[in-house]
Amino acid sequence: MTTSTIATRHLGRALAHTGVITRRNLLANIRLPDVLILSTIQPVVFMLMFLYVFGGAIQAALPAAAKGEYVYWLIPGILAQSAVFGSAPTAYGLNNDITKGVLDRFRSLPMARSAVLAGRTLSDLVRSTFILSLQLAVGILLGFRWQNGLTGLLAAMAVALAFGYACSWLMAYIGLVVRNSEAIQAAIYLVVFPMTLTSSVFLPTQTMPGWLQAFAEHQPITIIANALRALTLGQGTLPAGHTVIGETLLALAWTAGILAIFATLAIRAYRRNS
Amino acid sequence: MDDDPIITVNEVTKQFRDGTRALDGLSLIIPPGVIYGLLGPNGAGKTTLIRILATLLRPDTGTARIAGYDVARQPAKVRDRIGLAGQFAAVDDHLTGRENITMIGRLYGLSRRDAHLRTEQVLQRIHLDDAADRQVKTYSGGMRRRIDLAASLIGRPQVLFLDEPTTGVDPASRQDLWQLVRDLAAEGTTVLLTTQYLDEADQLADHIAVIDHGRLITEGTATELKDRTGGAVVELEVPAGQQEATLTALGALTAQLAAARDRVVLPAPHGPLTLRHALRLLDQADITPTDVALHRPTLDDVFLTLTRGTTTDRELAGRAA
Repeated sequence: MTTSTIATRHLGRALAHTGVITRRNLLANIRLPDVLILSTIQPVVFMLMFLYVFGGAIQAALPAAAKGEYVYWLIPGILAQSAVFGSAPTAYGLNNDITKGVLDRFRSLPMARSAVLAGRTLSDLVRSTFILSLQLAVGILLGFRWQNGLTGLLAAMAVALAFGYACSWLMAYIGLVVRNSEAIQAAIYLVVFPMTLTSSVFLPTQTMPGWLQAFAEHQPITIIANALRALTLGQGTLPAGHTVIGETLLALAWTAGILAIFATLAIRAYRRNS
Repeated sequence: MDDDPIITVNEVTKQFRDGTRALDGLSLIIPPGVIYGLLGPNGAGKTTLIRILATLLRPDTGTARIAGYDVARQPAKVRDRIGLAGQFAAVDDHLTGRENITMIGRLYGLSRRDAHLRTEQVLQRIHLDDAADRQVKTYSGGMRRRIDLAASLIGRPQVLFLDEPTTGVDPASRQDLWQLVRDLAAEGTTVLLTTQYLDEADQLADHIAVIDHGRLITEGTATELKDRTGGAVVELEVPAGQQEATLTALGALTAQLAAARDRVVLPAPHGPLTLRHALRLLDQADITPTDVALHRPTLDDVFLTLTRGTTTDRELAGRAA
């Protein structure tokens, strides 16, 4: 009984401290209006660019379920991409806290050990939710219509955000172990850009050369983009033999795997007193 | 009064991965309620010691205790009792001064209500007034330090670590910060501060430990340290270009070039006798000083003779006699 009271109090403290840190990070987001506006506009501008530059040329390659409209293909894909890109600020934010000495102060306080990483990843989840919702809204204005009911759409958003959250822990790990902010930027772009380009985010993978196709079809960003398309538009968007449920479960499995591995590594890196 | 030491450091060593030995068997005993100054050149190990005591680093060997709790084995107990104000003023630029303090209060475990109440009390102490609701990025260096200090105070720590509290702060703000530190100590907080400024240690610290290369060179009150230098120093000015020659000529007297490199300083344990001896040596080397003085040592002189001098007092006395 005493043990459970202590456990409850510890949990309460961890939640309270996580709330304090989350709020602090979000305030920093809001109070840097130029950064907020730029980081909101950029994904939308990218989306418009891809839509109008690629759109005309690509229509023929699209499956029937995309109704011959690139916007149907692109919106779920771009949500998958933004979920991944939206996790990068976790690395920068943590690195900034280390450089400025804020992390040292936090680590010298009698606060819940979990709060810094939990608060950082949660505040970035809130930010991603905002950006993905905005992209979806613009997508709808441009003609995207979901075909699987509101449940399908909400499930798709949940899958995208869950994957983005898992990636935040990967980024947290990078932010903790790579101390130089330029190296972090290089590491992120070296991985994230090629990964999104060699996925089904922008194009169906069938036209890629065989060796690349083998990779592209199985890498996690493709799985997420496929799951989002299946949930919003139906099974017709998937390669032959794939089902909506199957693709969604696979996406969740990747999410859980990335989360489990990198949350463990990040927490260990945070605790390590060099 | 409780005479148990609040901080004990016992034979602590810390070596970094690149091989630098930051602490090399350092031991200190600090009684409660004092302002204790750690004085030493850059790289002496001051910051490493603070980081170990603040539970941010683990010692390789040796132990350190705060209020009886081992910093490596009972870090949570230690964190309940300490405050850390860092060299780089770890406050959040995007939050207001008030928000910064309240946030740290919440992280010290205060309820929302208590955190707000204590924030008001702490803000009054640091005289920030109307600036408290501006974002910290608009603050001057001195204001940032005060917020940094106030944030550490909200948890009412028994021990406050101040790592170079006034580096880069203008003289007026410096006086304010010093007064704040004195007030805290008067209320019973033990303050451990590192500094490169000798006058800061002289003005502020009840006890001073001089450390260099991770070792304790000497320890005591400012007056004791000055006495230990021999009670007096000789200060010489020589024409530019003859400084090295002067040091060579005075070799046995452990003369040192002052930090500003404009004068030569040597301990004078025998007062005028040492001065006469020094002038004779210079005469033999055909060097004529442009100015000569014999006076009580400043901490600057202490620092200079203690961190670099190697000859012992006995040898000195033997040669001077």
